[in-house]
Amino acid sequence: MFYREAGTFKTTYAEDMALFPLPITRWSIRVLLVLVIAVVPLVLHEYYLSIFNLIFIAIVGALGLNILVGYTGQISIGHAAFMSVGAYTAANLAVKLGLPFWITLPAGGLMAAFIGVIVGMPSLRIKGTYLAIATLASQLIIEWIINHTPAISGGAAAAIEVARPTIAGYELKSQRDLYFFTLFFALVAIVATMNLVRSRIGRAFIAIRDQDIAAEIIGINIYRYKLIAFAISSFYAGVCGVLYTYYFGIATYEAFQIVVSIDYLAMVIIGGLGSVLGSVLGAIFVTALPVVIRIMVETFGGYIWDPAALSAVAASMRLIIFGSLIIFFLVVEPEGLARLWRNTRNYFRAWPFSY
Amino acid sequence: MTKQTTAWLRAGALAGSILASGPALAQDKEIVIGAQCDRTGPTQIVGNVLCPAYHHYMALVNKRGGVEGYKIKVLEIDHEYKVPPAIESHERFKKEGAIMTSAFGTPQLLALLKKFEEDKMPVTSPGIGSSAAADGKKYPYVFPIAATYWSQTGGAVEFAKRQLGGSLKDKKIAYMFFDNPAGREPLPLLEELAKSEGFQMRTFGVPSPGIEMGAQVLDVTGRFKPDFVIAHLFGRAPSVMIKELKGKGFPLSKVVGLVWAGAEADIIAAGGYGIAEGYHTIQYAGVGAEFKVITEIKEMLKAEGKTLGKEFESTVTFNRGVYQGAVHVAAIANAIKAKNGGKPNGEDLRKGFEQVKGLDPSLDGLAPPLALTAEDHEGGGWVQIWSIKGGKFVKTQDWFQGYRKEVLKHVEEENKK
Repeated sequence: MFYREAGTFKTTYAEDMALFPLPITRWSIRVLLVLVIAVVPLVLHEYYLSIFNLIFIAIVGALGLNILVGYTGQISIGHAAFMSVGAYTAANLAVKLGLPFWITLPAGGLMAAFIGVIVGMPSLRIKGTYLAIATLASQLIIEWIINHTPAISGGAAAAIEVARPTIAGYELKSQRDLYFFTLFFALVAIVATMNLVRSRIGRAFIAIRDQDIAAEIIGINIYRYKLIAFAISSFYAGVCGVLYTYYFGIATYEAFQIVVSIDYLAMVIIGGLGSVLGSVLGAIFVTALPVVIRIMVETFGGYIWDPAALSAVAASMRLIIFGSLIIFFLVVEPEGLARLWRNTRNYFRAWPFSY
Repeated sequence: MTKQTTAWLRAGALAGSILASGPALAQDKEIVIGAQCDRTGPTQIVGNVLCPAYHHYMALVNKRGGVEGYKIKVLEIDHEYKVPPAIESHERFKKEGAIMTSAFGTPQLLALLKKFEEDKMPVTSPGIGSSAAADGKKYPYVFPIAATYWSQTGGAVEFAKRQLGGSLKDKKIAYMFFDNPAGREPLPLLEELAKSEGFQMRTFGVPSPGIEMGAQVLDVTGRFKPDFVIAHLFGRAPSVMIKELKGKGFPLSKVVGLVWAGAEADIIAAGGYGIAEGYHTIQYAGVGAEFKVITEIKEMLKAEGKTLGKEFESTVTFNRGVYQGAVHVAAIANAIKAKNGGKPNGEDLRKGFEQVKGLDPSLDGLAPPLALTAEDHEGGGWVQIWSIKGGKFVKTQDWFQGYRKEVLKHVEEENKK
C-alpha cells in the first residue's frame, strides 16, 4: 500500500536512471536527510553525536569492505591495515608538510589504494579461504612495517599527533563540528557507492562474484576488475583511517589491529553482503547496539543484580546479548539486516491485501 | 497489524524512551569520576582485579564520610580494549558530569589525548604511559601518577647493576619485550644507558600475543648468554617466559620483569611459585595484603555481608587499584580545599593533582613517596623490587628512583621533538 511501483511512469531516460525512482523513497530520503543534517545535530546532546560520528566513520569503512567482499566476492581480513596506511599517510603529510585535510584525505585514500592493489595481487590466483589467509598475512605485514619503520610511525611510540581539521580558519573541535565533517564524507561515500555498483565497473564486480568464468566469457577482464575492486575498497578504507585520525587527533596503528578487521567483516555480514543499505545498517548495528545494550542493563539491571556489581555485570551482559543478537538476526535472515528491511518493505507493498 | 509487528513496535518505543530520558544528573555534593576499564577484552586479567579494587577503595572512602564532605561516584564503562567504545565512554562521562577520567590502555589514552585537553579534564594513566606524558608542561592534563616505563626501565637497570656487583661495564643485558609501542617505549632509554654504562645490550622482540617464544628464549640462553634479563611483557607472555627460561636452565634470579610482568596470576600461570623461585619484579605499588587499608576494605565488605571476590587473590594488581584510588582522592581533596569547599571542575582538579603529596595514611607502605608537581606528573618515578622467595613475594628493595637524571633528560628530549 505504502510502497509500490504501480502508477509511477517513467517518461525520460533521466527518470529511468534516477538513483531513487519511486516518489516514496525520494520523500523518505529527503526527510531522513533533513533529520540527520538539521534536526539531529541541533537537538541531541554531544554524547549522542559522538556515537553518530563513530557510526559515520564506520559507514565509510564498511562500504569499502562491502564493495570487495559483498559485490566482488573477494574476502579480505586485512581491511584495518589499509585504514592504518591511510591514517599514517595523512598524519605524516599533515605533520611533516603541514598539508590541510582536503589534500591529506584523498592522499591517504590513494596510498591505501596503491597498497591495496599490491595486496590484491594474490586474488588473481587464489580465492575463498586461501585469499582470506593472504589478506590476513598482509594485515600482519603492514602492522609490522608501520611498527618498525620510524620514518612512517614517527618513533618508538608509533603515534603521530595531528592537528584538528580546519575549514577557512575554523577549527573543527567539538563533537558537533566533527559531526558535520564525518557526515559529509559518509554521505559522499554512500552516494558514490550507489552509483558505482550500477555502473559498468560495478556490474563487472557482480559478474565476477556470481561466476568468474562466465564473467570472463562475456568479456570482463577479471584480473583488471579484481584489482580495481581492491583499489576502490582500499581507497575507502584509507579515507576511513584518515577520518579516524582526524577524529582522534592522533594516528596510532593500535587502533587498526586485526580485531578491527573482524569488526568490519562482522558489519558487512550482519548488514548484508552486496548492499549499500546493508553496510549502513551493519555499521549502526555493530557501533551503537553495544551502547544501547549497556544503557538497558544499567537502567533495568538493578532489578536483577546487585547495583554495586552492575558495572561488572554490564560488561559481560553486553557481550552475551550482543553475541546472541548477531546469531538471532543471522538465523532469522541469513542475508542480513538489509534483506530483513526489504522483506518488511515487500510485505507492506501488498498490505493489507497480501494475497 | 500482526502480533509480531506490535511486539517490535513496543520494543522500539521502549528503547526510544530510554534514550530520550537519559540518566539523572550529578548531585550537588557529589564528585563524579569516569573510569574506563577492560573486563572482557585482551587485558581483562588486569581489569577484573584493578577495577573492583578501585571501586572497593572508593566505597571505603564514601563510608568514611567522603572527601571534604563530598561523596564520590564512580561511573565505569568497559571498552573491551577497543578505541571507539573508549571515545563513546569519554563523552558519556562528560555528559554525566565527570570531572576526571581514569584511563585504561595506551591506544585508548592516545586516541583521547586531544579531547582531554580540549575538555579540560585530567586523566590518570598509571603504568600505561606514555612516558613522555610525565612532563606536565607539555601534557597538562595527563597524569601518569606512577613510575612510567622509562622510570621502570631505569629502576630495572639500576637493580641489575646492584645485583652484578656495582658495575655494568662489559656486562651483557638482554631486553625481552612485547613487540608493540608500549614494549618498544623503553628502547631509546636502554640504548642511552648502554652507552653511558658501557654494557652490551641486545633486544629480543616477542610478537603479539606472546604465547610462543621458544626461539627468543633459546636465542637468549643459548647464544647471547646475558648476565641479566629485563623483561617487558604483557598478558600471558610473562608466564610463558618464566616457564621457558626455567626449562632452559637459566637462573630466574637474573631476570627482572617490568610492572605488567609481575602479578600473582603470572606466577601461577607459569607453574607456581616453586617454578618462579628467584624471579624479580618491578612494582609501583606495594605487594601483599598486610596493609591497613586492605584490612579495612575486607572488614567493610564483611560488615555488609558480602563475600570477598576473586579480585582479592591478586594483591599486586589489587593494590594498584587501591593506590590509583588514593591518588584520585588526594587530588580531589586538594581541589575542594582550594575552592574553600566549593565544587571543583576539571581545571581545579588538575591543580589539585599537581599538589598531591602524601596519601591516605592507611595506605602506609603500599604507596610510594609520591610528590606530583606542575612539572612532574609522574611523581618521582619510584619503584620497588619484589622477588619470589620461598613461595611468596618478598620485598628485595624498598622505594628507589633508578637513573632519575637520565630518565628526566630523556623526557625533556622527547618532548622537544
